[in-house]
This record gives sequence, structure tokens and C-alpha cells, in this order.
Amino acid sequence: MKDMQALCEQARQLWPSEVQALRIDEAGRLGELRCAPQTLPELADWLFNELSYQFAGLIVEEAGRHWELRYLFYGQAGRLYLLSEQPLAERSFPSLSTRVHAADWQEREAEDLFGLVFSGHPRLGDFVLHDDLWPEGLEPMRRSFTGTRPVSDRQARTDWRPRRIVQAPGAFVMPIGPIYGGATESAHFLLETVGEEVIRAFPRLFYQYRGVEKRAEGAPFSQGLLLAERFAARSAFAHALAYSRAIEALSAVELPPRARQLRVFFAELERFRHHLGTIEGICTSTGLAVAASQAALLEEEALRLSGALAGHRYLFGLAAPGGLAHDVPAAACREAVSQAQAIRRRAQELHQRLRRSSSFLDRLEQVGLISPEQARDHGLVGPVARASGLSRDLRQAQPYSGYPSCSFRVPCEREGDGYARLRVFFAEIDQAVELMAQAAQDLPRGPVRAECRPAAGAALGWVEAPVGAAFHWVRLDESGRIMRYRLMTPSFANWHGFHLAAEGFAFQDFPIILATFGLSVAENDR
Amino acid sequence: MSEWVLQGLRTGIKTTHYPDARERAPGVSPGRPVGGSYPADQAEALLARCPTGALRYQDGQVIIDYRRCVHCFRCARELKTPLTWEMDYEWAGANTPGLTGPFGRSVHILVVDTGDCGACLNEVKQLNNPYYNMHRLGFFITPTPRQADILLVVGALSAPMREPLLQAYQAMPDPKRVVAVGACALSGSLFGPSFACGTGVSELLPVAVEVPGQPPPPLAILHGLLVAVGRRPAVPLSSPNLPMPIPVIEEVHSRP
Repeated sequence: MKDMQALCEQARQLWPSEVQALRIDEAGRLGELRCAPQTLPELADWLFNELSYQFAGLIVEEAGRHWELRYLFYGQAGRLYLLSEQPLAERSFPSLSTRVHAADWQEREAEDLFGLVFSGHPRLGDFVLHDDLWPEGLEPMRRSFTGTRPVSDRQARTDWRPRRIVQAPGAFVMPIGPIYGGATESAHFLLETVGEEVIRAFPRLFYQYRGVEKRAEGAPFSQGLLLAERFAARSAFAHALAYSRAIEALSAVELPPRARQLRVFFAELERFRHHLGTIEGICTSTGLAVAASQAALLEEEALRLSGALAGHRYLFGLAAPGGLAHDVPAAACREAVSQAQAIRRRAQELHQRLRRSSSFLDRLEQVGLISPEQARDHGLVGPVARASGLSRDLRQAQPYSGYPSCSFRVPCEREGDGYARLRVFFAEIDQAVELMAQAAQDLPRGPVRAECRPAAGAALGWVEAPVGAAFHWVRLDESGRIMRYRLMTPSFANWHGFHLAAEGFAFQDFPIILATFGLSVAENDR
Repeated sequence: MSEWVLQGLRTGIKTTHYPDARERAPGVSPGRPVGGSYPADQAEALLARCPTGALRYQDGQVIIDYRRCVHCFRCARELKTPLTWEMDYEWAGANTPGLTGPFGRSVHILVVDTGDCGACLNEVKQLNNPYYNMHRLGFFITPTPRQADILLVVGALSAPMREPLLQAYQAMPDPKRVVAVGACALSGSLFGPSFACGTGVSELLPVAVEVPGQPPPPLAILHGLLVAVGRRPAVPLSSPNLPMPIPVIEEVHSRP
């Protein structure tokens, strides 16, 4: 099977003069095509809509005197970059988002942070950098911008208004946030309504924008690991793993078998804990106090289990390029599996009780609907996509670490409502414990870490994080310092489609729909 | 519905005895390094491994600034002479005397996230789970600044959250205290100072109590809240200057 070669050849036959194959790595299932900017939309359209490739993200780089834009797609043959170059003075690129809607937010982000223009894009500006705070023309990701000091002419104004609001008799906008509720992440929501039904839901995010990608530039790769691990703690291990995999790809290092297997173990432990937390959130949002307490007990027990086993409740300081930063005895892993199995039994009991509680089910069934077509068009990932009939999982589609030797089933539901998402979360908890048990069984002896000496260059690391597909793209220089770090996170992909689920439902459903998405604002904002 | 009531009763009491007695369950705290006397060459190796500059070497002593420590474990692992690691959780330091009198037993807390990664916030959320149950100590989370006595801030002070944070603080009635939770809120840790993040909440507001850690475990945050109302003594924010150990109380005292 020479899939990638066949794919690239097909593209060259369709656009003979515009497309050029730069790299075809059959073993690595990786390809790169260079094409002229004006051909991009057609080529992307072909990949996304005809071949059903998924769009992972846009990587913008300022390479010397040129812009280099890489559009990352993945699918049956592997990962494919579409590279498009232009001189720095030429800032306009054609927009893909009318044909590949999943690219919408990626282009808006690049417009804000690099000052690029995507011609044909229906809505640019006021995205990452809020118009009421940051000065006009600020392009923080440009090389010429110094990111280590505050922006001097930054000033908070309170006169910001949405650009377009629903015009109907009696219509009003209900603003929520950025500070609201109990211990919630900062985000602002504008809900437009004429009464009870939400006509339009508009999440205004990036109150937690920390400029992580800029912060990484110039840092040694060991420092980058800390940023990768700690920008979104609910999926810390997954992101540290994705980053480590990118560094390993640059080092051509062979991972010790014990590390491969332990990575599966801890990645699944994190998924297990993450989903218990999400279920706690869903129970809390419906006001079912006992169920919420029961789920909170399970989450805390999973946190303690992680803390006792790995030294840190959120698995900080564990993943590292070349393997793991420290070893965990096999007996402790097996003991952790039996504890996790006990927690899972109680989670299953909780699930059964929830299924018998009609007041709970009424709030979830047929509420917050996402159709399979919407999920596909918006490029949704993870449990949200899997609850809408899209069986997408990088652990199976693009396997890594010890996953090729594991057997598991990707849970999938069709309804696309809140209840389907709840069922997917519960099913993934089951799967996670199964995978932990598989990984802890026959754990190979030997070291857990190989030394990494990365060469200069760029590489991609990917994992299926608890929220969905995460991609970390890293370019290092000769001394092992980061030149460009691009974070493409699952929460960013799923927040893009969140409004679809909220629109058409009642106000009081909003917090429940939000909870069933299980999204992280920190992971989106970076 | 009766099924839920029964299930609740069947679960029994899970709540920790802290602060009346020490909590000994494994996994409640990641622990943190302790400073002390080290020869110059070992100290140099330790300092070189610290990614946030939390370690200092002075008069033969390795001194740790807990405001900057992010529990990366790099001073504890893969070294011939690692730093000692203590597994306690009473970490909070104080700059202002606690709220006392009528505030000691009914305290309302407004939680504000200024660019947190989600860890500190999730640990704050855990305070409401049955294991920690902060209501028993008179702590309640409120959604409005008008009713808040304590402003609990997590995160690296992201630029877009400065104004909302300031407005929330100004909307709170006096007397009030600011409790900063987590290394990001104390020093900016990995993210600040930069164009998008600050060097801690004290840049903007008078911080009364500081809870170090990334994230501080729920018990450390609970300790911080108890310090803020003068019900537990504060501990130093650097080591050496070892924190006072809590006496282990075998008999659990009657709850307040």
C-alpha cells in the first residue's frame, strides 16, 4: 500500500501546474504538497469534502522573507500538509472557510495574531485580541514583536458592543461572564433571545489568552515541555505527551518498550479522571445534588489515585521527551488498576441510577443537538463528535505509543444530544480502565527513558487528548531552542461548534449543554 | 428520587478531619521541596535544574521561594543529592491579619479565574466535594461580589481579566480580603511577565493571603481560607524557615 504517494500523485494530476510534492514519507505516513495560494481553496475543498480528510489546523510561520502557511489535514493515508508561500509584504491569502468551515476560527486567529488577511472570510477581527483592550495593529506573533513586556498602549474600554445582533420585536441580549457562577473558567457568552428560546449564542473567549505560543519562542525545548504540560491542566499528560512526541520525532529516538506501555497507562488514567470530572459537571448543572456529590467523590478518588501513584494529582512532571521522567513500579500500577476498577463499578452504578431518573434525563435527551453533518463541517473532535456519529479517534486512526498493541473499541452514539454525550463519557471511562489494565499487564522491564538530542527542524506530535485530537507542531533551531510552537487543541475545535448546540434551546438548558461538551477554556485560549 | 436519598445515606461520611486532625490519605498533596545546607557544587546542580528560578544559594543554604515553585520535581529526581521533599499541605502565608469577629464563621467567597490552566480552579472546586466539604467550616462560594468577603484569585493575571478583576474587587463591601491561589497568581510562574500575563495578583490588588503550589491541593487552599479568617496560623513562603508542623491529634475535637 502506497497510500500517501497515490494521494499526492492524484493531487498533482488534478492541478498539474500548481501542485508540487515536497515530501512523501510512506513509513511515517506523512506528505507535504506545495501549492500556489489561489489553488489552496480548491485543493482543500477536494481533501475535506470529497476525500473526507479532517482539518487539524493552520500553522503560520514567518520564515525569513516569506510567509509559510501549512494547512494540516489527516485521514486514511496519514497526515498531509498543504504548504503555501508568499513574500512577507503580501499579506492576503484566500480564505478556505467558505468551503472548509472547520478552518474558520483558525483563519481568524491567524488574522489577529499575525496580521494576515483572508480574502473572502465573512468575519475577521475581535477574536483572540479583543478590540476593547488591545491596540489596533498589534501583531504579537510576528518576529519583530517582543513578547516579554507589557503592551504600553493597552487600555480597557467598556464600550464594546457586538457587531451584529438579532433584530426582532422584544429581542434582547443576555450577557453572561466573564466572571459568573461558582468556580468557573473565565468566558463571556452573549445569548440573544426574544424570551425563553436562545436564538443566537455567541461565546466571546480568550479572556485567558496567555500567549503560550509566543512565550515558548526562544526557550530551550525542556522549558517548552513545562508550557505544554501546564497550559491546560485537565489534559496535562496528553499535551505533554504530544509535545514530547514532536521532540522525539526530531531526535529519531527509539522509545523504550516500558515507556510506550506506561504512556498508555497514564494517558488512560488521565482520560478516566477527566471524564469523571465532566460527569460531575453534568450532574451539578442539572441540580441533582446527590448524583453530583457521588460523581465528585469519584473524581477526588481518581485525583488521589493519580497523586499517590505519580506524585502529582494532575500528572505534572511525568511525561518527558524520550519516555517518562520517572518510573513507576509494576506492582503499583496493578494496584492502581484494581482501585480504578472499584471506582468504575461505582461509576456504572451511578450511570444506572441516572438512567432511571426521569427528571435528569428530561434535561439531556433531545437537548443540545449536533447533527453528524454539523459535526463534520465544523471539524468537531473527541467525545462530542463521537456522540454525533463520527467515530474519530487518533488512538485508532493514527496510532502512537503503545496503542497499536492494545485492543479497544471506540464508543460511538448517533443521537448527538446531551444524553448521547453523557453515554460516550461513561463508555470511555469503561474503556480507559480496560486499557489501563491491558497496559499494566506484562509491563516490560527496562528503562523508561531514552536520551533525546533533537536536531534542528520541525515536527508534529499528536495524541487523542480527553477532549479530542490535539496537535503540537514544534520547530527547533540547532541549539535545541524553540523557533515556533503551534498548539492546535481539541477545545478550540469544539468551542467553534458549541453555539450550534445552544441555539434553539431554552435559557435554562444553556449550562447543561455547556457541561455536556466538557470543554476547557484554558485549552482553547492558550 | 428515594433511591438517591438512600444512596446518599449509604455512602456515609467521607469528610476529612482537617483542621482538627491531620489528613493522612495518600495522594492528597503533591508535596514540595525543603531547602537546607548543601555544598556549593551540589547547590549549583540544583539551581541549574530549576526552570522558574525558585532556588537561591546563600551562606551555604539552598533557599526555596515557594511563590515560584511549580512542582516540576526536577530538583527531586535524577539527582545524586536531591532536595528533601515534604508531604505536608499547610502552605499559606499571610501579609494581612485575618478577618475575625463576625466573619470567622460565615465567609462568602467570590472565585475569579485570571488565566488559570484549570488545575487551581479544579482544586478550588474540590473543596465542595464531600471529602473536603468546606461548608462545615462556614465557607461558601458566592456568584456575586456584593456578598463576598473573600476574593479568591487563580491564574497568571491575563490582560483581558485585569479590568473585570478590579471591578469585582471594587464591588465588594469592606472589610474584604484577597486570597491569591497558585504559583501563577503569586509570581506569574511560567507565563508572566509577558505582553499577556502579569507577575502576580499583587500587581493590581492588596493580597492578604498567598497559597503557593501548582496547583495547591484542596487542603492547602482550605488552609489559606482558614488563615484569611484567622483560624489557623500562616507559614513562611520560603524554606528554610520551616513551617510549623501541625500537632497530630488522635482524638478528634468537637467541630465548631
